[in-house]
Amino acid sequence: MNICTRLFTAAMLAAALGATAAGAVTFKFADQGDALSMDPHMLNESLQLSIMGNVYEPLAGHGKQLELVPVLAVSWKQTAPTVWRFNLRQNVKFHDGTPFTADDVIFSFERAKAEGSDMKTYVGPFKEVKKIDDHTVDIITNEPFPILPDTIGFWYMMSKSWCEKNNATSPADVRKGKENPATLRANGTGPFMLKSREPGVRTVFVVNPNYWTKIESNITEVVFTPIGNAATRVAALASGEIDMMEPVPLQDIDKLKENPTLKVLTGPELRTIFLGMDQKRDELLYSNIKGKNPFKDKRVRQAFYQAIDENAIAKTVMRGAATPTNLMVAPGIRGFAADENKRAPYDVAAAKKLLAEAGYPNGFEVGMNCPNDRYVNDAQICQAVAAMLAKIDVKVNLVAETKATYFPKILSRDTSFYLLGWTPASYDSHNPIFALLMTPGDKGQGQFNLGSYSNKRVDELGPQIASELDAKKRDAMIHEVFKVHSDEFGHIPLHQQALAWGMKKNVELVQLADNINFLKWIVIKRPD
Amino acid sequence: MTTVAAPSRFAVWWNGDIAYSFRHAPVAVVSAVVLVIFLGAALFAPWVAPHNPFDLATLNLLDALTPPHGVEGAKPEYLLGTDDQGRDLLSAIMFGTRISLLVGLAAVALAVLIGVTLGLVSGYAGGRLDAFIMRAADVQLSFPAILIALLIDGILRAVLPRSAHGDVALIVLVIAIGVSNWPQYARTVRGSTLVEKSKEYVQAARVIGVGTPSIVFRHLLPNVLGPVLVLATINIATAILVEATLSFLGVGVPPTRPSLGTLIRIGQDYLFSGEWWITIFPGAALVIMVLAINLLGDWLRDALNPKLR
Repeated sequence: MNICTRLFTAAMLAAALGATAAGAVTFKFADQGDALSMDPHMLNESLQLSIMGNVYEPLAGHGKQLELVPVLAVSWKQTAPTVWRFNLRQNVKFHDGTPFTADDVIFSFERAKAEGSDMKTYVGPFKEVKKIDDHTVDIITNEPFPILPDTIGFWYMMSKSWCEKNNATSPADVRKGKENPATLRANGTGPFMLKSREPGVRTVFVVNPNYWTKIESNITEVVFTPIGNAATRVAALASGEIDMMEPVPLQDIDKLKENPTLKVLTGPELRTIFLGMDQKRDELLYSNIKGKNPFKDKRVRQAFYQAIDENAIAKTVMRGAATPTNLMVAPGIRGFAADENKRAPYDVAAAKKLLAEAGYPNGFEVGMNCPNDRYVNDAQICQAVAAMLAKIDVKVNLVAETKATYFPKILSRDTSFYLLGWTPASYDSHNPIFALLMTPGDKGQGQFNLGSYSNKRVDELGPQIASELDAKKRDAMIHEVFKVHSDEFGHIPLHQQALAWGMKKNVELVQLADNINFLKWIVIKRPD
Repeated sequence: MTTVAAPSRFAVWWNGDIAYSFRHAPVAVVSAVVLVIFLGAALFAPWVAPHNPFDLATLNLLDALTPPHGVEGAKPEYLLGTDDQGRDLLSAIMFGTRISLLVGLAAVALAVLIGVTLGLVSGYAGGRLDAFIMRAADVQLSFPAILIALLIDGILRAVLPRSAHGDVALIVLVIAIGVSNWPQYARTVRGSTLVEKSKEYVQAARVIGVGTPSIVFRHLLPNVLGPVLVLATINIATAILVEATLSFLGVGVPPTRPSLGTLIRIGQDYLFSGEWWITIFPGAALVIMVLAINLLGDWLRDALNPKLR
């Protein structure tokens, strides 16, 4: 009670203070979870990247149509098959006032590939970053890499001097639950500056007055609050407490649309939701089968696939706001192969038969890891999957938990069976092939292939896809990878979810299909 | 029939003070009946429930969100409708009550045991021991139950082999909620003890040479138990809801075996969208159950209060 009153008084006070600042426009938004850190290299997750993308910036990023746009680099060109030259933007300053130079790019490369970084998948193909002069760098890749500029939109630049001063020269490893000064503070070049950070409670940003270009947005302050409970989030929006929130629970979209002061922006998302299985260990960590790993057998993986009625999940759990898929990429991603996007039929009898042939006529037990505040209806999907697998006598011991404990667990591969979602950061199939399908290795390949699916042909084609210049040949190779992976049931793709953002009518923003929400494009119209 | 035997134990109890007061308190009788019905439904759920919601193989996702009887779209086999996974709500409530009651009662019992013992010792002994226990209680109060639960869960997970993790979930919940609640009892009991220990009956007992443990547990305890009972009955409800929160965080029971608290929490998501039954029915069950426990606790406090006899 006491604490509540105090908080309330504090909030009132803050509101009163905020109102006195002339022309201040505060934008309050909520998400179902929090950005787990302010360190831009710590976790490769959309919400984290979305929030940090307002504070930190890449060399080349994406515009409102997801087209490639220059950010901290003004231009780039390939000077040799394995060399990309980037001309950096002049007169860019970090929030602490230090200028942005080639040294910061080199430092950000070293940091992003250091132990504990979650960004190895982006900088893995780089061999070296070379300084030509203060505002020119060469990125030298291991193999020819024609699509490089497309792939670095989430490789954010940090200040070398700031990191050294703050003892944050290497990223805090989210898998080990580590923290460092950069997880609570931030110093980027972006349009917004971090003002205060209370993990799990609220994060406040203010507009950067010295930004290198004019900011489209008219907001001066941003308050971000995680609100885990879906109904509370809806109530907060409906009551006017916040200006925008996502995701809108699927069951509430119609209700919010009826509200005259609110609007709901929906659209297809590029994210694919899929299930992964540990195919590496000789014995599963969480199973009653000892001495062998059932998931090594393709028949078991196929049985799981065919026992899951994805259409029922899309219809009931997702209320139609999902597109069932057989591919690890969504339509709209370069390399999407429509003819391979045909799901193996839902067939419990066939699945049972496959399990019996594989030597498990009475099924087996397996532990499953699932987040409950990351993807749309994630825990409900897992429960539905557990119920469907029960019909082929597979007993799923489901652990559904908040993403703050879920991600460290599965990223350290402490799992046998898990649910994950993936949006290709480069909008190109090479990214999921490199990060999800290739055998995990030290160059960042397979960094999110958490079940260590492994196929020689995929490993062979992966680097070739990266370096192939001929679009037709490249598409054929991508096609082959998807076919091989799908024939082997390397993962169990489920669906692409739909985006649903709820906001006040006076909020104008750009909804990107990768669920990134850039504050610099938000305009709040004054009521007149 | 004709021989006059010594009255049976039951008869002695039936004619005793407590049973007499019970028989003449209609509220207590009704509460007890309600509670017995709930306990019976929970204990015998596997035999009396129409479905087994924990048996995943029998769930049909396409039956999800079926409304209860009397609402358009209802299906005859689901009296109270179904939740978002197609679980029969009536059965889910019965099975969920099992978990919730078990965790609620055991956690509160643990908290009462620790709290009352330490409170009595603290209040009666006074001095340094008192200061130490009360400061420990203060420190403890500054940690929320959730934090303690995560701590205990973390320790147990590190100590126990992987295969045992699923089995310890309930124990973790009980210990976590129990341990985080004891200071309330300790403080209440300590306060009452300080008042009681200066009274004549305690002094008299001391004068005639009754040992300290005997004074504390036989003379003081009954006189300080009243507020504890009230507190405990209220805390059972709180414990049930904390359990739901912890389960959401992944520490407690898995979502495939929802407790009453978990059902309510799941249902909250559907309050705005018209699927009210998912949260209303489990919520009503919890309210009725907790109310019955509270009323029974009230009566018990009066019945046990030596001053009102």
